[in-house]
Amino acid sequence: MRIRWRSPIRGPWLTSVFGLVLLCALPVVIVTGLLDRVAYGSGAIPADVGALHLPRFDWPTRPAWLFRLTQGLHVGLGIVLVPVVLAKLWSVIPKLFVRPDRNLLKLAERATLVLLVGGILFEIVTGLLNIQYDYVFGFSFYAAHYAGAWVFIAGFVLHVVLKLPTMVRSLRSRSLRAELRTPLAATVPEPPDEGGLVAPEPDPPTMSRRGALALVGGGAVLLAGLTVGQTLDGPLRATALLLPRGRTAPGDFPVNRTFVASGISPDAVGAGWSLDLGAVRLTRDELAALPQHTADLPIACVEGWSTQQTWTGVRLRDLASLAGVPDPAGATVRSVEDGPFARAALTAGQVLAPDSLLALRVNGSDLTPDHGYPARVIVPALPGVHCTKWVAAIGFDR
Amino acid sequence: MRAVVRAVGVLGCVALAGYAATIILRDPTLHPSIPGMLIWFAGALLLHDLVLFPLYAAADRALALLPATRVPLVNHVRVPLLGAGLTFLVFLPGIVRQGEPVVLGASGLGQEPFLARWLWLVAAMVAVSALVWVVRVTRRSAAGG
Repeated sequence: MRIRWRSPIRGPWLTSVFGLVLLCALPVVIVTGLLDRVAYGSGAIPADVGALHLPRFDWPTRPAWLFRLTQGLHVGLGIVLVPVVLAKLWSVIPKLFVRPDRNLLKLAERATLVLLVGGILFEIVTGLLNIQYDYVFGFSFYAAHYAGAWVFIAGFVLHVVLKLPTMVRSLRSRSLRAELRTPLAATVPEPPDEGGLVAPEPDPPTMSRRGALALVGGGAVLLAGLTVGQTLDGPLRATALLLPRGRTAPGDFPVNRTFVASGISPDAVGAGWSLDLGAVRLTRDELAALPQHTADLPIACVEGWSTQQTWTGVRLRDLASLAGVPDPAGATVRSVEDGPFARAALTAGQVLAPDSLLALRVNGSDLTPDHGYPARVIVPALPGVHCTKWVAAIGFDR
Repeated sequence: MRAVVRAVGVLGCVALAGYAATIILRDPTLHPSIPGMLIWFAGALLLHDLVLFPLYAAADRALALLPATRVPLVNHVRVPLLGAGLTFLVFLPGIVRQGEPVVLGASGLGQEPFLARWLWLVAAMVAVSALVWVVRVTRRSAAGG
């Protein structure tokens, strides 16, 4: 079977423009994704990844918006690049149908494209499903997305090494500025290339190269416009029209899990609730009688959404002193609920940061059940899921 | 010599990917998931190359059937169609209401508005594209073309 490729604008220059965009942007998505694992600290999933992780360091508490930025970039940029990835794949698709080479090395190089293309598509699909809470794939998102990332990185690095000279040569073959001034009427195919991207018998053009770039760029801008809202507060949040985090109940801000979904019995967080600090137990009234501190801090989630609110409560370091551990090596926070995120480990820096709170109130009112009543942890720059809600106990490590 | 470097590159790539797979192998609780992960990995690749690409290429070919007009219709149909397809693929779970119980547990809100919102968005893209076409036709006529 011989396919007649028809596009008159497909060619190494256009492919290289998409390639250059991905070469600049994908490392940002990769690094912010790997940083997410560092931000999760000792509670990261999957637990054992061998040597495949960034150097471990204590995730800082300043600036407070750090995780909001890194995870917002990971998810946001990942979405924005979807049309660029699809355009890049469109631009090289004739190569998929080229007869396999007899040269073993070339055959092996071609086989690694399965890792590259399968890897990026797998990461896009699992990532998009996860941020929309669609677990139709039925396996652990964390493990699959993390292992898939490294499979993709393997394919990506090799591809860049092998293709960088071709990309540079192709980009130099035409002037971007001249292309941006070339209308449809003056659009002609690129000269024949050894890679076989340029169609030997193309159709007449219906779109200029600048038109194709504008189309792909426009798709990216459209997705950016439909995504950025999930990191904004106020009326602009609603601009994330099609994402679950573009919506909030009136007068409220987003939660990562509702009280109903936590399965906690209302009695467990009722009048009988008290906080277990090991050496002491404190009722909510006793906590409210302690010195209170107020801080504007973001809640930022692994799904890329975030929100900043004004939290009031007792400093974690004051609780550490009360528990008789004024200089803790860390802490373990336990929730009233059961489940994978019912327990979170904090570093010494996170316990001692002046804005780290056991919050009792938000925006001047008592926490609602959905926001973690009677008390929740809020720590600057800590992933939202580790800012434990419905806290039952805090154990400070000596 | 160059071939040796390339061969080393390929081996390094395969070794890293193989080592990445041990992330799954290290945790016995993940072992039952391995077939599913492989199916989704290969499925994403095959669906793109052998379903999505032929579908959109065929749809694009069909644009040649559009009536010939003085200002060609092709991009005024192509652009909103691509916009509709892209947003449908990216925001699929909300639009088709897949995974609603988890969305409800996570956010306290359902997925009921997303289909209508997407349809409005598509309608807006179609309307803007049509409007631009009408403006171009009018300007060409005014220019005495």
